[in-house]
Amino acid sequence: MRSASKLSLILGILAMGLALGLLQAAPRDSPADQGLQVPPPPFTDGIFPCTQCHDGKVVKLNTTRRELVDMHGDIELHHGPESRWCLDCHDPLQRDRLHLVSGERIEFDHSYLLCGQCHGDKFRDWKVGVHGKRTGAWNGQKQYLLCVHCHNPHSPRFKALQPLPPPRHPEDLKTASKESR
Amino acid sequence: MSDEIIPSEPSCSVSRRQFLEVFSSAVGVATLGGCKRASAEEFLQKNYRELSPKEVKQVVARLEREYAREYKKSVKVGIEPPMKGVLFGYALDLSRCIGCRRCVYACVKENNQSRDPQVQWIRVLQMDKEEGVNILHADPYYSPAEVPQEGHFYMPVQCQQCKNPPCVKVCPVGATWQEPDGITVVDYNWCIGCRYCMAACPYGARHFNWKGPGLPPEEVNPETHYLGNRPRKQGVVEKCTFCIQRTRKGLYPACTEVCPTGSRKFGNLLDPASEIRYILEHKRVFIFKEDLNTRPKFFYFYGV
Repeated sequence: MRSASKLSLILGILAMGLALGLLQAAPRDSPADQGLQVPPPPFTDGIFPCTQCHDGKVVKLNTTRRELVDMHGDIELHHGPESRWCLDCHDPLQRDRLHLVSGERIEFDHSYLLCGQCHGDKFRDWKVGVHGKRTGAWNGQKQYLLCVHCHNPHSPRFKALQPLPPPRHPEDLKTASKESR
Repeated sequence: MSDEIIPSEPSCSVSRRQFLEVFSSAVGVATLGGCKRASAEEFLQKNYRELSPKEVKQVVARLEREYAREYKKSVKVGIEPPMKGVLFGYALDLSRCIGCRRCVYACVKENNQSRDPQVQWIRVLQMDKEEGVNILHADPYYSPAEVPQEGHFYMPVQCQQCKNPPCVKVCPVGATWQEPDGITVVDYNWCIGCRYCMAACPYGARHFNWKGPGLPPEEVNPETHYLGNRPRKQGVVEKCTFCIQRTRKGLYPACTEVCPTGSRKFGNLLDPASEIRYILEHKRVFIFKEDLNTRPKFFYFYGV
């Protein structure tokens, strides 16, 4: 019994240490640190920086959950539970940044940290270059894409594409015998 | 398959087979005499693997001259050797491919495939989800307005770069072989066009040039490799080389670069830190026609 409580105490301390360590490890092993190039986040033209309007004067802070009508009406949120809304990811006080569940603020070019909070398995595969696209050199400098380059964060399902033309069917081939007919 | 069968016009660039026929008749010798000197050099060229470095240089120079004349632009014929400690492997995520065929056309462009008659090294199969990987339910001719289609998944098939390649075994003249980095290549100047390799390949990965390449000069990719994407001639077999002209310089293959879903993964099987090794060690991997013991170095996996 005593050894069990001792064990749980040790585990508790370890867990706390780990949590603190995670919180403090601010510049995490980002793609940039690994010598990988990432293109900038795909903002809608002219929308960033958000503080152009959200400066606390032109647009006053309103943290009430609501449907947006005056602006950003084009954004349809199809991502997770119904109750999700803007300020779950966008930081209310520093509008040009995002925030994690922990409250830690991050830049838009580190948005993968935000996605990785829920999609841990994809985050793990993305970091090793298995989920998502890498281009460049297989044995050298590579370019990564951020999650948001392929998945619109407000509606993340990968969009359908028009396929390029199918191969010619053998029935449609010109052959010597057909030509002489 | 998707190649057109059209009788050729008589020309001065005679094939090895025609050359032998020609040599066996006295009349033929006179015919040969009428040909360009370059062709005579071509007849006497040895198998690529038997050429000395000096001879390789001469062959490359001759080919570059011929291509420059034909396509009115400078075409570089590379001879990059395999890298030490590298064995190429490929993995394709069946759970992510949406069948958009971007890879097919990127490959055609990069590798100077004939546009007309149509030669394509990658064939994307639309499969029924209910059937799984079942070739009897594969449709390469799908053409909806949008992909992916409900109830289907997509499986691109190209050369599987077998460790035990049946195509190499059947070649009667040794015109095709496996390089130390695992790529099976063809010496287009040694191939006699018997097409045994096409019959032997269980993946339909080899293609025959029924006609000279229908390749508009402005679309020729001038960065080529002797064993890869240099323009082929009539009567020879060609296949995917993992973009040997790119990958031996350290670049990803063209199909990997273009894939919009990131389904295509490429790397060195001998490097434990490579993406390809991570996939083989952590993902569910499927080998196409594994029962044939061809030992592909092209793997299909499920990324989810």
